[in-house]
Amino acid sequence: MSLLSVSNLTKSFGGLMAVNDVSFGLEQGTVMGLIGPNGAGKTTVFNLITGNYRPDAGEIMFDEQSLVAQSPHRIVSIGVARTFQTIRLFPNMEVIENVLAGCHCRMHSGIFAAMFRLPGQRREEQASLRIALQELEFVGLTDQATNKAKNLSYGNQRLLEIARALASQPKLIILDEPAGGMNAQETADLVRLIKEIRARGITVLLIEHDMSLVMRICEQIIVLEHGALIVQGSPEEVQKNPRVIEAYLGVDED
Amino acid sequence: MKKSYIIYAVMALVLSFSPFFLNPYWVDVLNNIGLYAVLALSLNFILGHAGMFHMGHAAFFAVGAYVTAILNTMYHVPIIWLMPLSGIVAAVFAAIVARPIIHLRGDYLLIVTIGIVEIVRIALVNNIFGVTGGSNGIFGIGRPEIFGLVIRRPHQFFYYIWIFLAVTVFLFRMLEDSRFGRALNYIKEDELAAEGSGIDTVHYKLIAFVLGAFWAGMVGNIYASKMMIISPESFTFWESVLYFSIVILGGSGSIPGVILGAFLIVGLPEVFREFSSARMLIFGAAMVIMMIFRPSGILPPLPRTYKLDRVRKGGSQA
Ligand SMILES: Nc1ncnc2c1ncn2[C@@H]1O[C@H](COP(=O)(O)OP(=O)(O)O)[C@@H](O)[C@H]1O
Ligand SMILES: [Mg+2]
Repeated sequence: MSLLSVSNLTKSFGGLMAVNDVSFGLEQGTVMGLIGPNGAGKTTVFNLITGNYRPDAGEIMFDEQSLVAQSPHRIVSIGVARTFQTIRLFPNMEVIENVLAGCHCRMHSGIFAAMFRLPGQRREEQASLRIALQELEFVGLTDQATNKAKNLSYGNQRLLEIARALASQPKLIILDEPAGGMNAQETADLVRLIKEIRARGITVLLIEHDMSLVMRICEQIIVLEHGALIVQGSPEEVQKNPRVIEAYLGVDED
Repeated sequence: MKKSYIIYAVMALVLSFSPFFLNPYWVDVLNNIGLYAVLALSLNFILGHAGMFHMGHAAFFAVGAYVTAILNTMYHVPIIWLMPLSGIVAAVFAAIVARPIIHLRGDYLLIVTIGIVEIVRIALVNNIFGVTGGSNGIFGIGRPEIFGLVIRRPHQFFYYIWIFLAVTVFLFRMLEDSRFGRALNYIKEDELAAEGSGIDTVHYKLIAFVLGAFWAGMVGNIYASKMMIISPESFTFWESVLYFSIVILGGSGSIPGVILGAFLIVGLPEVFREFSSARMLIFGAAMVIMMIFRPSGILPPLPRTYKLDRVRKGGSQA
């Protein structure tokens, strides 16, 4: 039984078929890469899974629940966290508060409890703060905790997004081009980080352009082209596939 | 940090004795400042913290004032009992009108909320349900009575209003510094990212409206009993503009800023009364200059502080 199973997923924008009849399954505990040329529909697949778009057709099952027609925040609380291709932090808020945003869906105190600082509310705040700090430590940003998010370097902003996603205690984390804008050293650290995420038992689905990164960490790869899934398999299988070589890997800029 | 607390404490002390050395006219000016400060603080959650351009707050204030006026004059319900009820009715009204417009952003929301305050005013003028008294309004509203003390003189109202303001500040301060306050800030910063991080953005925006309306409704109750007569002209679009300006000028999301804003926007025109006709011009120019040189207000909010060291220590023990 797959943790995530996507079947016959279809989405068009106007006349453009961004995602066309895509089906795949993702086993618990694996790292899967989603690759394909620009405009292939990768981000759209992510946005469909995370509830930002509604599919025209198809089904998305996660942990035996349908994610279709659920709101994005619900999907986070069901256990799917994400990062964005174009970094979306809360720029004028502190790093620690950015991570606390992820904790939010696991907290329960209401406004009454907050106004009167009921003991349960105070305990919950402390516990969440602890989780947020742990996640910051996990991605290596402890020393930035009270800095504003917008003052972080590009690579660190990407890490902060990952920490925020992890703070929601997901079963599946979806990373959209996590190495985008990172230098070689930062990318190497990211590879290690993704492996550690996996070691925590969290399933990973990622879009990435850096092929060496994808080949190093993904156990499964799916390839999209013009909205359609053309190949699914292990890195070795995918690398050898003639359609992939033609569509993506081998062919240089025309 | 510590220094600002001392300054606030001194100012609170001076203020609490001010009725002893001010004449009733100036005490009444302070009373109005207090009322506007609470109204602007209740708007601050919506506008300052969540960043929603809500220009219709006077509608909720009006609902509270009319609930108090109607039930007090027709059924002689004591004013004090009507305070929570006025808040609740205003909150329910807010929940109903905000629900369909909550997804609107920026200028769209601004225009629709202007519409709401105008619709409410026109409904009041047209004597809706035959209970609002049309354009004459309602008169003969009673005074609040607490533990047998009837509040009627300006200095009595001063303590009544400013204690209400103090309680509001205390509760709102707690609320800002919580999961709720943060959720509103996430929405202001990036709504899509907030939703994608697990925050129920629609829910929190609605709650901000409902909470703001609840407080505005309670201020409506105080206002009705202070004036003893209310009419639709007290609840125009211009009122909403004043609250809006107080928040923006003082500092969006900042309690001291909003209170300072109330002093400036309600108090200064009184100080410069002799310039009567020019004062709006000066006022407008001052706003423009402010927005250029201090776009986040005179006293922008300080960042929240988290006791990270304590959590770290607690973490290593556990
Ligand atoms: N919200 C949208 N409205 C219209 N077209 C869109 C939208 N999102 C994506 N598209 C289009 O769908 C196609 C796939 O986009 P995307 O999923 O972002 O590709 P990728 O992430 O693989 O680069 C592109 O042609 C893009 O222009
Ligand atoms: Mg993309």
